Amino acid sequence: MKLHTRRAAGRMAFYLLVAVIAFYTVFPFYWAVVSSLKTGSALFNTNFLPVHPAWKNYVAVFTQQPFGRNILNSVIVASSTVAISLALAVTASYALGRIRFRGRSTLLLVILAVSMFPQVAVLSGMFQLIRALGLYNNLLGLILSYMIMALPFTVWVLTTFMRELPRELEEAAMVDGASPWQIITRVFMPLMGPAMVTTGLLAFIAAWNEFLFALTFTLTDNMRTVPVAIALISGASSFELPWGRIMAASVIVTVPLIVLVLIFQRRIVSGLTAGAVKG
Amino acid sequence: MADVRLRQVRKSFGGTEVIAGIDLHIPDNRFTVFVGPSGCGKSTLLRLIAGLEDVSAGEVLIDGEVVNDLPPARRGIAMVFQSYALYPHMTVYDNMAFGLKLAKHNRKSIQDRVRRAAAILQIEPLLSRRPRELSGGQRQRVAIGRAIVREPRVFLFDEPLSNLDAALRVQMRIELGKLQKQLQGTMVYVTHDQVEAMTLGHRIVVLNGGVVEQVGSPMELYHRPRNLFVAGFIGSPMMNILAATLVSGDRDGATIQVAGGQGLTVPVAAQRLSAGAAVTLGVRPEHLSEAAAGDMQFAGEVLMTERLGGETYLYVRLEDGQEITVKAAGDTGTGTGDRVRIGVQAAHCHLFDSDGAALERMVSPPVG
Repeated sequence: MKLHTRRAAGRMAFYLLVAVIAFYTVFPFYWAVVSSLKTGSALFNTNFLPVHPAWKNYVAVFTQQPFGRNILNSVIVASSTVAISLALAVTASYALGRIRFRGRSTLLLVILAVSMFPQVAVLSGMFQLIRALGLYNNLLGLILSYMIMALPFTVWVLTTFMRELPRELEEAAMVDGASPWQIITRVFMPLMGPAMVTTGLLAFIAAWNEFLFALTFTLTDNMRTVPVAIALISGASSFELPWGRIMAASVIVTVPLIVLVLIFQRRIVSGLTAGAVKG
Repeated sequence: MADVRLRQVRKSFGGTEVIAGIDLHIPDNRFTVFVGPSGCGKSTLLRLIAGLEDVSAGEVLIDGEVVNDLPPARRGIAMVFQSYALYPHMTVYDNMAFGLKLAKHNRKSIQDRVRRAAAILQIEPLLSRRPRELSGGQRQRVAIGRAIVREPRVFLFDEPLSNLDAALRVQMRIELGKLQKQLQGTMVYVTHDQVEAMTLGHRIVVLNGGVVEQVGSPMELYHRPRNLFVAGFIGSPMMNILAATLVSGDRDGATIQVAGGQGLTVPVAAQRLSAGAAVTLGVRPEHLSEAAAGDMQFAGEVLMTERLGGETYLYVRLEDGQEITVKAAGDTGTGTGDRVRIGVQAAHCHLFDSDGAALERMVSPPVG
């Protein structure tokens, strides 16, 4: 075979693979969108486009349960988790990345070890803790429990990033009279923007999608976050699963994530690679 | 402005002693250069003065005040780093103003000081740019500007020119010299480049293995090196070192027998050595001549030539196998493989005892 035909064939195979992957990842979301626009028995037809698109399901999601409140809960829980864990991680990473002290690497390993336990393993202990703190059925309880997932990851990524920042920069700031706090906030944080956006976004997505803790630590409809709220959507009878509403709710909570990722798309890429190659 | 005094300063990292008890006075309003090979402790010494490292023992005094426990910002120093260490996310103006803002100066005085420093360094058009939009030389100027606006008592430079290309380095070297005159500041400058040290410094401190080998003006170090280390370190190409034996010596001169050569009487005070002692003859390439003249002659074979245009360096192997470098005329006809005679003038020779300490020279060239 000639070289250029072989190249063309290779390129075709590549794009075919891309198409398969794209189809595999996008189709479920597409199907959710389509299903959410169908009502009644139309749900069980395999039309790829809804014949009579209707917004009924979207309205019903909000009227038949406190779904607005659930979204608000999710926003509060996810953003607080991100804000608190980033604040803690930035300060911790300064200590772990820039200051030599005894037991530093042990501490880093312990932090990593925290994220190795499966959620189920910590569930009952965490439940006891949350009951003891009086945070059961309270958003604060969720924020606290999500931090054990978000912190190890953010601390590790930011520590790696912090180590890459040149030492002389910190020394220049010291000569200029900056306190450690000012070095972090006025010199390092602006430089760590991409890393913070990336880790923050990943922490946000993790908190937004979390199900098990949210199910266990909340009791009433008003305290639930969206994954739990969606799972507990029920029909008129126990024999009916309201697929239309479930799909509508799924679409509603997925859209913010997609928007966030699109907004920060370029920063995420630079953040994920910045640790490896000196920025 | 102020002087800096070090009293028995020591610094260890873990078990390794990097600075082994240094006493040093850095005078006010002078350009002092720390020079030495890598790992000699020169940067560490600078960082001890800056306060970026704490001394393990001893005292650091700036303007008569012990500053051991003061943080860098309160020592009245400013430092220019090798990598410039400009804040990448700030404009040139903000880089220079950062320290003043932290010290809560008012906007007007910050602006005045930054403008004045920018004018001195001719970087006014760059004030709104960011470091990544600047060339290496411009970044260097900004880094110096950031030091100037602090109006420090002592300027500290840590190999500031080593990241620049050769032509720019020469240019910045000249400008730094001018700047010192203009600012009338006390400047301490670390470099491993002896040419920088010779051209910039009023006083040079030669460091080796954490101790001071010699302190003096450039010409003092060149003409009266105290020992073999300084003699070899100052001057380029390196001083030729030849083994010799003392035939006789008194306070007016030393007659020596160079290994594989003739006798030579060097005008140095040699009364402390006895006849037969092993000595080392030092003579710089520029003090040797490619001619059958002088007080003594070597015969040898040219191994290699380096033609620089204005001058030619001959690498010559003497009959007993020792090698020497000779500075010859730029248009010399001598080539590789030729047999040559090299003339030595006794007045230009240095003599060192077996411990490497210099014998005092009788001839006294102007030493500035």
